[in-house]
Parts: sequence; structure tokens; C-alpha cells
Amino acid sequence: MEDVRNNMKKVFGKPESLKDAVFHYCAGCGHSITHRLIAEVIDELGIRGITIGIPPAGCAVLAYNYFDVDMLEAPHGRGCAVATGMKRTLPDRIIFSYQGDGDLAAIGTAETFHAANRGENITVIFINNAVYGMTGGQMAPTTVLGQASTTSGPGRNAILDGYPVRMSEILAQLDGTKYIERCAVNSPANILRTRRAIKKAFRYQMDDVGFSMVEILSQCPTNWKMTPINACRWIDEVMTLSFPLGVIKDLKGKD
Amino acid sequence: MKKVLIQGNHVIGEAAIRSGCRFYAGYPITPQNELTEYMSENIRKVEGGTFIQAESEIAAINMVLGASAAGARAMTSSSSPGISLKQEGISSMAADELPGVIVNIMRGGPGLGNILPSQGDYYQATRGGGHGDYRTIVLAPASVQELADLTMEAFDLADRYRNPVMILADGMIGQMMEPVVFGEPRPRKYDESYVLKGAGNGKSRFIRGLILDALKMEEHNWKLHRKYQVIEQREKRCEVTGADDAELLIIAYGTAARIAKGAIKRSREVGMKVGLIRPITLWPFPDYVIREFSDRAKKILVFEMNTGQMLDDVRLSLGGREEIHFYGRPGGVVPTPAELAKVIAHHYNNNRPPDED
Repeated sequence: MEDVRNNMKKVFGKPESLKDAVFHYCAGCGHSITHRLIAEVIDELGIRGITIGIPPAGCAVLAYNYFDVDMLEAPHGRGCAVATGMKRTLPDRIIFSYQGDGDLAAIGTAETFHAANRGENITVIFINNAVYGMTGGQMAPTTVLGQASTTSGPGRNAILDGYPVRMSEILAQLDGTKYIERCAVNSPANILRTRRAIKKAFRYQMDDVGFSMVEILSQCPTNWKMTPINACRWIDEVMTLSFPLGVIKDLKGKD
Repeated sequence: MKKVLIQGNHVIGEAAIRSGCRFYAGYPITPQNELTEYMSENIRKVEGGTFIQAESEIAAINMVLGASAAGARAMTSSSSPGISLKQEGISSMAADELPGVIVNIMRGGPGLGNILPSQGDYYQATRGGGHGDYRTIVLAPASVQELADLTMEAFDLADRYRNPVMILADGMIGQMMEPVVFGEPRPRKYDESYVLKGAGNGKSRFIRGLILDALKMEEHNWKLHRKYQVIEQREKRCEVTGADDAELLIIAYGTAARIAKGAIKRSREVGMKVGLIRPITLWPFPDYVIREFSDRAKKILVFEMNTGQMLDDVRLSLGGREEIHFYGRPGGVVPTPAELAKVIAHHYNNNRPPDED
């Protein structure tokens, strides 16, 4: 009898740019999906050997246990500064920084803003889950109005706590940024869009276009205290009202 | 080699570039701005040289961290308040065992203080400065020539021990001009295995300071500790002047040591036997030299431009055996040799047996 396996085409598998490790992320978390997408893109572009990742402090601090590419841990918020030092030293390598909302939009705002403004030719993957995940669900700069957290118990109050920060729109104002898109990983369609955005961002870096960032709205069922399904729905029904999805800036070839 | 008249801050930049420094990030702060300006003009003239005027001291040190991990000889500089901001990155570089050179042209503190020469950052420099169990090698030049020599040395030491090295000078040395002969830098010798350049076709690697397992973190701490012990065994340096017959021994570093030399000259002219031990490495501290000469001297006088910080290391070196006097002028005051000579005379004469008075 003929072995049918010989005639089967491999349509799905673990990306080569991921290690044989089990993600430690909570059930339903968007980090593991995003890790996979990045790894698939690195494989597809054939850049595993020249890519260096900069993981943050936060839930993704152990990203070097999962990505099978060289990685350099950055102190909290400093991803874009560390990436700047690396990229300027090794301009032919592909450098991406992977940062959460507290990392990128609070403690590391200055580093992010100025790397963007200098037009550093790096790629930033910005995970926005509207909460400090690893430390247990405190209010983040991106926590939406009315959203409860361990430090905004009754819900974020604009008068007391200020407003959610839209970093993508802010950075898009800077002449140094070339491509910024906000995506989500809460549905198959959005996941595919995110994958395309990540690929475009890496592609732009390979083509020396300049600073690119993909903001990803990412579900955090644990700290939002929701089921994974409800967390995915909450992104569509609530979070995207403050953080609308779509291309915010794309300047390839325009200058 | 040609002798040139050049400012201290410029000398650091020139010596760094000659040593192969190819990445510099800095932020304006007085009294070290001439170094940042020098690097902006000159490091980009050499192949692969990068200058970045960073948005903050924090960003600058983290850029250095990234450049260092990518294999560059990298440097940042600042003055006291800015060095406080860099401590996060210095601690991270120590944890990651990444080489790098940090220049502190000290000014008066605490807080914003002023922009005058001071030595108030001794504790911060020699005790690690940031969080966690670590040390940085600290070099204390006392002349512009020594700034040139020690800057070159700093890059070699950073590579040899894969550790941050701090050059601790002050506004006086940074701002003054003196004749300098640049030495030949040694070719860079280092173990490149830690450098991240992308995995190529091989195994991927990572550099990190986060070690969640307590026993592994403890082992990392002991590993660093063993390295620091080797540095302590090998790298203690100091200059000893007129200490053989000294009845009063001054211990001073950097600008304070220059002032002490002037004061000692005056004291010797009137017959007082006064000598100087000038630590060149502040960490590791040259304790054994101080022990050796203090056995012979009747009296020890520690002189610093602060309220008494190296004083602690002298006390630790002598294990409570000696009476140790201290004279200090903090806050940006630079005492004259004549002023210090009076202090020397006071202690010297008080130390005489009554019948000799």
C-alpha cells in the first residue's frame, strides 16, 4: 500500500525561527500569536541569520526563550535606544524591538519618540493590551476610559488618571517615521492583516526605508478578567473605539 | 610622538577614537560639553564611526549597551547628575558583562549642585552606583596627559574583563589645557564570542540580565564576584611620591592630588617630611600600598574635594590601626596648595612630641 504521507504537502508547521519551547503565556493571550507571526515572517523573508530581536521588560521578557534568533534584552522601556545602538553598529542586520504599552508608551516614551524622530531604520512591534500584564493588571497609559484595573478600580477616570495614549498617531506626526499600522490579533482575519503588516514593516527595514512600527491590540483575558472569547470581543467592541485599526502612515517611495 | 596643547575634554575624545571607539552617544551637560562636541565632529570622520546626540543620559547609555553587544567599542560621557541617570544602564551592562567606557567629569552636588570641579561622586563610582551586586573599574586621572593614557587603558580594561569602566575626573581636569603626547593604542584583543551579529546558519544566542531562578541568579552573582576578585588582584594602581621618609602621608586622587603636590612642595621647603599616595584606580582601591607606607608614616591625612568619601576606603585599608585625619572642601570649592600647606603644618606639628615643640 502506498504511503499517503509521501504525497502530502506540508501546509502548516512550527516556524524555524521559533525554538522547540512551550509558551508560558496565559491561555488566550495575544503574545504567543504575535510571536508566531513574527517568526513566520522572518522565515518567509529568509532573514533568520541576520535578525536580532530586542525583548522588553514585561510579559514578553522571556521572548528569547521562544525566538530562535539572536536576542538582546533591553532594560524596561529602552528597547528603541538599545536597537539604535545595535543598528548603527550593524547597519546590514535586521533589528526589531518588541515592546508592551507600559514599556513603549510610559517608561520608554522618550526613547521611542526620539528613535522614531531620528528615523532609525528599525522595526518596532508594539503590543497594546491596555494593561500592565506581568505585574498583575495595573493601569497602563493605553488603558481606555472606564476600564477597571488594579490601580483604577472603578474604571479609568479622565480627570484623575488622564486619557489613553495613542502612540501610533503621535509617532506618525514625526517626519522620521515611514510606516505605522495598528492591527489586532483577536480574529483570524485580523491575525492575517497583522501578519501582512509585520512583513511589510520588516520589508521596509530591509529596503532601508526607515522607522516602522506595528501596533497590535492584544487580548489579555487574565488581567481583563474575561474569557478568551469575551476578551477578543472586547477588542472589537470597546478597545478599537479608542484605538481604531488601520494604516496610520505609509510613506514608502514618497521621499 | 608629537606633543600637542589640548583641552582635557578633547583629549578623552581623541584618545577614544585612537583606541578604536566607534560609537559615542551623549547628552549636553556642563562641564563636559567639549567632549560631546569633539565626538560629533571627529568620530564620524572615521569609518564606521557613529555619533548620536541622545535624548537623555538614559538613552545614551542604553545605546552604548546595544552598540557594545553588537561588538563596537562604545563610550558615553556626562557629569554628575547625568551619571545618576546612567546607572540603570551601567548596572545592566555589568549584569550582561558588556564592555563600555563611561566618563564622569564631576561637578558639585548633590542635586543639580553647580558646574564647578568636585569629587562628590566617589561613593557612587566605587560602589557600583546602580542597583545590584556589581562593580565598575574606576580610573582617576590627575592630568590631561593621564586622561589620554587612561582613556586608552579604559577600553582595554573594559574588553579584558567585559565590564563597564568609568573614568572619574572633574571639571578642572576636563576644562584645562596641558601638553599631551598620545601613546600608541594597543590592538584590540578580546573574546568576541559574546557579540551578537545574527545567528547566521548556527545556533541563536541571547544576552540578558533577567535570571528568575534564585540559584542560577546566585551563581551569576558569584561568577561576577570572582571576576571582581581577579580585578582586585591584578589592577590596583597608584602613584607614590616622597613616601619613603614621610612622617605625614597625604592620600588624595585626581585634582586634589595635584593640589596636594603643590602643598607638599611648600611643606618640604620648610623641612616637613610629607609624602603622597595617589590612587589611580579608585576601584579596585590600592589598599596594600597605603598599608605598607602607613606603617612608616606617623600620620595620615586624607584630602578630598568632598566631605570624606575615599576616607572610608583608607580606613578600611588600615583596619582601624591608624589615626586618620581628613581635610575636605565639597561643593565645587577648589582649595589652593597654600591652604592645604597650612593644614599639613597644623597636623605635622601637632604630631611632634611636646619636647620638640
